Amino acid sequence: MNVVVCVKQIPDPADPGELDPETKTLKRDSKLILDESDSYGVEMALQLVDAAGEGEVTLVSMAPNNEVGGLRTALAMGAASAVLVSDEALAGTDALGTAKVLAAAIGRTSPDLVLAATESSDGYTGTVPAQVAELLGLPSVTFAKEIAVDGGGVHVKRQTEDGYDSVECPMPCLVSVTAGVVEPRYPSFKGIMAAKSKPVDEVTVADLGIDAGSVGWAGGGQEIVGIEPAPARESGEVIEDEGDAHERIVAFLDELKVL
Amino acid sequence: MTEYRAPLRDLRHALACFADLDGMSDFAEGVDVDTTMGFLEEAGRFMVEVLAPLNRVGDTQGSVRNDDGSVTTPDGWVEAYRQYVEAGWGAVSFDEAYGGGGFPHTVSLAIQEMMTSANMGFSLCPLLTQGAIEMLTHHGSEEQKETYLPKMVTGEWAGTMNLTEPDAGSDVGALRTRAVPVGDGTYRISGTKIFITYGDHDLSDNIIHLVLARTPDAPPGTKGISCFIVPKFVLDDDGSPGVRNDVACVSIEHKIGIHASPTCVMSFGENDGAVGYLIGEENQGMRYMFTMMNNARLSVGLSGLSLAERALQQSLTYAVERTQGRAIGAPAGASSPIIDHPDVRRMLMSMRSKVDAMRALLYLDAGAVDRADRHPEADVRVRNDELAQLLTPISKAWCTDLGVELTSTAIQIHGGMGYVEETGVAQYWRDSRITPIYEGTNGIQAMDLVMRKLPMDGGRVITRFLDDMSATVAELRRAGGPVDPLADPLEAAVAVLAETTGWLAENGMGDPAAALAGATPYLEMMGLVTGGWLSARSALAAHRALEAGTDDQDFYRAKIASASYFCTQELPRAHGLRAAVTAGAEALFALTPSQLGS
Ligand SMILES: Cc1cc2nc3c(=O)[nH]c(=O)nc-3n(C[C@H](O)[C@H](O)[C@H](O)COP(=O)(O)OP(=O)(O)OC[C@H]3O[C@@H](n4cnc5c(N)ncnc54)[C@H](O)[C@@H]3O)c2cc1C
Ligand SMILES: Cc1cc2nc3c(=O)[nH]c(=O)nc-3n(C[C@H](O)[C@H](O)[C@H](O)COP(=O)(O)OP(=O)(O)OC[C@H]3O[C@@H](n4cnc5c(N)ncnc54)[C@H](O)[C@@H]3O)c2cc1C
Repeated sequence: MNVVVCVKQIPDPADPGELDPETKTLKRDSKLILDESDSYGVEMALQLVDAAGEGEVTLVSMAPNNEVGGLRTALAMGAASAVLVSDEALAGTDALGTAKVLAAAIGRTSPDLVLAATESSDGYTGTVPAQVAELLGLPSVTFAKEIAVDGGGVHVKRQTEDGYDSVECPMPCLVSVTAGVVEPRYPSFKGIMAAKSKPVDEVTVADLGIDAGSVGWAGGGQEIVGIEPAPARESGEVIEDEGDAHERIVAFLDELKVL
Repeated sequence: MTEYRAPLRDLRHALACFADLDGMSDFAEGVDVDTTMGFLEEAGRFMVEVLAPLNRVGDTQGSVRNDDGSVTTPDGWVEAYRQYVEAGWGAVSFDEAYGGGGFPHTVSLAIQEMMTSANMGFSLCPLLTQGAIEMLTHHGSEEQKETYLPKMVTGEWAGTMNLTEPDAGSDVGALRTRAVPVGDGTYRISGTKIFITYGDHDLSDNIIHLVLARTPDAPPGTKGISCFIVPKFVLDDDGSPGVRNDVACVSIEHKIGIHASPTCVMSFGENDGAVGYLIGEENQGMRYMFTMMNNARLSVGLSGLSLAERALQQSLTYAVERTQGRAIGAPAGASSPIIDHPDVRRMLMSMRSKVDAMRALLYLDAGAVDRADRHPEADVRVRNDELAQLLTPISKAWCTDLGVELTSTAIQIHGGMGYVEETGVAQYWRDSRITPIYEGTNGIQAMDLVMRKLPMDGGRVITRFLDDMSATVAELRRAGGPVDPLADPLEAAVAVLAETTGWLAENGMGDPAAALAGATPYLEMMGLVTGGWLSARSALAAHRALEAGTDDQDFYRAKIASASYFCTQELPRAHGLRAAVTAGAEALFALTPSQLGS
């Protein structure tokens, strides 16, 4: 069974960098890492291929500056190879543009299953996976907390507000997984060694047959009109207990309309 | 408690400048700083996310001995150890033939630094295993290596080192454990060993004890010691752990620190004798121990750095957050963060600069150990072996003394909160206190430096070392700019070290008591001056990086400032030690034991 995992490479949340007032976007000069959200998809894919006893995990990523830092981590975890789409024409690409690119890259292989995260940790529109599925003409199942493969289909336990739905879906299909559903393995020393020689196929928009005008700032259906620093957190109200603290707390909560 | 952060930039700096990892590609294919940093990032993440969070439970819960004699490690440790084995971080520098990564020892030392910062109690299990692996690699038979090494390299089997007995501590030659040949090539071992780190535990499927013992007609003292393999479970014909050997942990010590590391009294041969297999030849055990001494002592020295680094990280966070008093220049009525007070700054600067100096020393030593082991050219091997021999007692003793000092400074920065256990700094200090004691007490290190290392090659090793320091003084003057002010204090300190060394060379032979009396202050002087020299080299490298327009301006400026502080404010203490080194033994024996007491 061959599984493609979409992995987004993002700035390290511990060192998030700054916004560029000129372009109104994040300065992406520091190195990128594997989005933790996607580490669950990678782990899930490795477990599924392992259980199937045959097949490979292939990564697909779109990122600026031919960045492979996050891909190397996922390769060190055990994925077999990666496709990286990197192209200056992609600057400013919105979620639909991203989906077009990913769909084209995935379409070059013919996986039995495509995994993505429910939402990325930095952009978190949560819209890319469903769009990729639509563009590929694949059924999509969202919010998966468990996936089992059986014959030609997948059984998915799909997280809902008050439990889960049990969904069956024929393959090939796309499933987006929620965070924390499996424990991603740590790349091992041997895995890191092996990852150095695993193939990363670097392709451009043209290689994928995509018109550069349909992606990037040009193709984007979005415009960033302004950026502002997040307001500083206001200091909280300190209630000194003079025997009436409970009443004042109730009043405070009442005002917030949470009672 | 603040989380531990892997000090990756500092490690990169040390690996590039002091271990000269890029220069190792001559003998370690594909090894360079960039590749290594790739490993260290992942290894660091593992230490931070998996091991650091278990440090506290290791301390509060500790390892416990059950009624049936088995030892249980704290909650979460078995799983963490399993993950550690799976990730393979213990295998990095071992022989590829037995499943290792073939990397330089320096790389595994960097991993060990982070592991020890994250969780010293945990780190001792892999550390002792590493010692046992080295012993087997150098002196075991091919069959023994094939039998034991693959599982030990992965960590599936742990190892221990059994030297100490009730009457044989610093004086290993006094040990009495017996080994009697039984005619089939094996021996039966009987005796009691004390203070055995991870002598029993539930982390691994088997424990391979290496035991020093005496055969029936062995000569007395260190010349009559042999080294044996005594597996906890004797292996079946298929090589898997089989019947339980006659070895047991009879109790574990209640200690100041490293509570998670079971320190065991081990009883061998309570019943019919523990099955033991001789390593190499009889009576050569002590010689074999010496071949692994540099590495083991370097590793213990490293733990001084590890704990100081963690304590520094936490103290800095605290000093920024804690407000108290009004700093000079702060608006009236304001409560200033304590980091704004000069005295707190002094404590932090002292920690920062000493951590930098220690790291430089330890990775210089590590690089020398690797070149001594693996460099293709014989004369390079010899020169590096001499350097490693000289640096080993300094790395071990100076860095562990500083580990205790700086973890104590961290408590001071925390004020009263440092003395209560809640903040976690107290644990670093308690954990650090063992490091000047085991693996050869620091007193023994000082004796080793003065009596064995200074006379190496007729004094030419120390002379070359002093010459190297003087060359750096000249380099600082040539470079000028911000590093020029380091030249004078370094020159003066090297001069006092040279003079004092000369005094020891002249007087030590005729009056060994005088040399021994001065050994500990001499080692401290040597540590300070070596630390000053290497800080100056760090500043030089930083200066060059800045001139070349590095994009890490902040980091390199900080390195120059840290080195400047060390050279101008800490290094001059070396002058004050001279009198103690050259005073002779008389004053130390001026009082009788009873007068000492009154
Ligand atoms: C202002 C702006 C500038 C941008 N500049 C660039 C640029 O210069 N170069 C460039 O390549 N992209 C660029 N992008 C695209 C961006 O990196 C995202 O991929 C895209 O916006 C997806 O949105 P999201 O994170 O909200 O996805 P979500 O829908 O929240 O993501 C859900 C899941 O879809 C998958 N996924 C999403 N994005 C990717 C991806 N890029 N690669 C692989 N899998 C993915 C992951 O599994 C992810 O967890 C830019 C986006 C914006 C908004
Ligand atoms: C937590 C812990 C873990 C340990 N782990 C191990 C282990 O795994 N395996 C193992 O074999 N051992 C282990 N040890 C033992 C340790 O190595 C010894 O405690 C150490 O070698 C000192 O020996 P001692 O305790 O007998 O002290 P002593 O030798 O009695 O020393 C007491 C003092 O006298 C000084 N002294 C002794 N001889 C001289 C001399 N000739 N000249 C000058 N001063 C001298 C010492 O420096 C010290 O200050 C461990 C000990 C502890 C506490």
